Amino acid sequence: MSDTTTEPHAPVPDLTAWTCPAPLRDQNRVVMGHGGGGALSAELVQHIFAPAFGGEVLAQMGDAAALSLGGVRLAFSTDSYVVRPLFFPGGSIGDLAVNGTVNDLAMSGARAAYLSCGFILEEGVELSVVGRVAEALGAAARAAGVEVATGDTKVVEAGHGDGIFINTAGIGLIPPGVDLRPQRVVPGDVVIVSGAIGVHGVAIMSVREGLEFGVEIESDCAALGGLVDAMLAVTPDLHVLRDPTRGGLAAALNEIAAAAGVGVVVQERNVPVPPAVANACAILGLDPLYVANEGKLVAFVPREHADAVLDAMRAHPLGADAQVIGEAVDAHPGMVVARTGLGGTRVVDLPIGEQLPRIC
Amino acid sequence: MKYIDEFQDPDLARRLLDDIHAAVTRPWALMEVCGGQTHTIIRHGIDQLLPDQVELIHGPGCPVCVTPLEVIDKALEVASRPGVIFCSFGDMLRVPGTGRDLFQVRSEGGDVRVVYSPLDALKIAQQNPDREVVFFGIGFETTAPPNAMTVYQARKLGIRNFSLLVSHVLVPPAIEAIMRSPNCRVQAFLAAGHVCSVMGTGEYPELAERFRVPIVVTGFEPLDILEGVRRTVLQLERGEHTVDNAYARAVRPEGNPAARAMLADVFEVTDRAWRGIGVIPASGWRLSERYREYDAEHRFSVSGIRTLEPAECRSGEVLQGLLKPHECEAFGTVCTPRTPLGATMVSSEGACAAYYLYRRLDLPAAAASKTAAAAEHAGASGTPAPDSTPVPTATATAAPAPHAPREASPVV
Repeated sequence: MSDTTTEPHAPVPDLTAWTCPAPLRDQNRVVMGHGGGGALSAELVQHIFAPAFGGEVLAQMGDAAALSLGGVRLAFSTDSYVVRPLFFPGGSIGDLAVNGTVNDLAMSGARAAYLSCGFILEEGVELSVVGRVAEALGAAARAAGVEVATGDTKVVEAGHGDGIFINTAGIGLIPPGVDLRPQRVVPGDVVIVSGAIGVHGVAIMSVREGLEFGVEIESDCAALGGLVDAMLAVTPDLHVLRDPTRGGLAAALNEIAAAAGVGVVVQERNVPVPPAVANACAILGLDPLYVANEGKLVAFVPREHADAVLDAMRAHPLGADAQVIGEAVDAHPGMVVARTGLGGTRVVDLPIGEQLPRIC
Repeated sequence: MKYIDEFQDPDLARRLLDDIHAAVTRPWALMEVCGGQTHTIIRHGIDQLLPDQVELIHGPGCPVCVTPLEVIDKALEVASRPGVIFCSFGDMLRVPGTGRDLFQVRSEGGDVRVVYSPLDALKIAQQNPDREVVFFGIGFETTAPPNAMTVYQARKLGIRNFSLLVSHVLVPPAIEAIMRSPNCRVQAFLAAGHVCSVMGTGEYPELAERFRVPIVVTGFEPLDILEGVRRTVLQLERGEHTVDNAYARAVRPEGNPAARAMLADVFEVTDRAWRGIGVIPASGWRLSERYREYDAEHRFSVSGIRTLEPAECRSGEVLQGLLKPHECEAFGTVCTPRTPLGATMVSSEGACAAYYLYRRLDLPAAAASKTAAAAEHAGASGTPAPDSTPVPTATATAAPAPHAPREASPVV
């Protein structure tokens, strides 16, 4: 690697000439971890996409962009879905393609109104499979109260895809008085999670890898707009919401802690981990805090509203198992720390890439 | 949760801790051999709760950490070849070889697959008769039986396109090497329960007697660790040095006879290099002559590999219990899980990884106070130092590996 310094916002980054202490220095190709929702993903965005695209709205770096257009506050979000297998216990790629984008909008307080839907199909996929996915997608959209307004289809040669890839984008209105972003988090805020964590990731792993953990684990894939509505009905003054998908609860909390400049303390025993998920993670050497979810949210709520918000969440079917799991603190800004069940403490780090099952 | 919650119960933990606090009258240094135990200790903060006089020294029992760089580089070489499907447990993919890792090989077009069992790799071989399928068979006595079984099955089924890149290591010779080190401070061992569940406890009484150290077979949940520490401390305080089994729910004195028979059929004992430590005589297994055709090193020509260990990495001393991870100058600065110098920082069972991931907030050393961001911006490279100083190939009975640039020995 040369010692020449590159222009900070060069439109086309030349990785071979990078010196910066750019964390990408050791890699000149994309690895799976770049899509894992952890540090590698963040570096990719920070060092390649954000400098190339620029823009104030993108700089918000939320799950959805908050826009002001014609005097109306909009939330706008896009996501791509590459899950394998296409159908899994508790859902399908069609459900994910709706719920994922709806949830990204919900995390900014917006109810999704319209979705776009782009299908990338691999040559050779049976049309009946495409039909089943489309039906699932349509049903999920109707259940979430959102309309698929526009779409696109492309076909790639056999061997160049994984059956079906779907991209969805969504748009919705942000209600007046709602301003959800990590910068609003202050020490003293209470951290609430809406229910059991790690379920989706373990469900996918069990079918993808043919692993059996004694009981079938179903994905928690669900649209969270209704739950968020119920929370906002208690108070519009929620500070931040995040759906802990890739990278799990650990990544979501780390992103919020870093953006807010606060520390986060999690009481590990209060984090709801279903026995089946805990067992599967114990067998594989994974930490449930890092396993993906698709129907859960984590909320930072002003202390004075925490009880009422928790009650409202528990009254909603998707928040019945909501728990207070911790708080924002002055100490160790930008870091997440867990108090262990035995009374010790540990850092809960941003994952690097994907979690890897360990050897023994 | 059944079988896990019981062994994490805070009230029972408190009682065991009270017993330990009451029993201790002077300083003791215990080594937990297994990296899985190290992670339980650090992840649950057990070391913070023990009396100050009880020091836990982290041992060499991380299978990923001790796999020699030569073997990693051979894996990278084989995995890069056209026509090869290279199968591995997940946590080997991020271990740095000389300059790259298996993830990078995959991004360059290599067919590298994560499997959860070596039998999955055998299945892949059956499904791809025109490809060579190689499984990365590393680890201690724990992972060796299924690997042996897979090779046995391959031969029985007449599958010819399957082979094992094998680098198995054995715990008792490592304990002996640690005890013979002139700098050894270890006064007792928490033996790895899962190793003993395979091999039994028969190899330990002679070691306990010869080195006058208590050896307590210990499990992996927090209460297992505390019970192991309690029994060890009681022995030390009484001046005893016997082998005790605190993991009786999984370990029988004779181990698992069927697994041992399979191991005896497929493997034979050999000298092995341990990454960061050097060669320990009779400390590993290789495929026996009868199964030579399933040995990837025999099947693929992978000789002539030159390996370079990063100069700053002191993981060998960490693995021998001579250095705590945060006492290494590179810890948390040039060496992080994102830019590891050695396998101890990247492995899910590595002691350096445990300290960095769970404990860097409250480590006293200056290095520990530096954040990951500082580490990433330190500008140091994980590129190995271009040096040809030979690594000591002596056994770990010699002084610890010098903290100097070095080239690993082509032993394996």
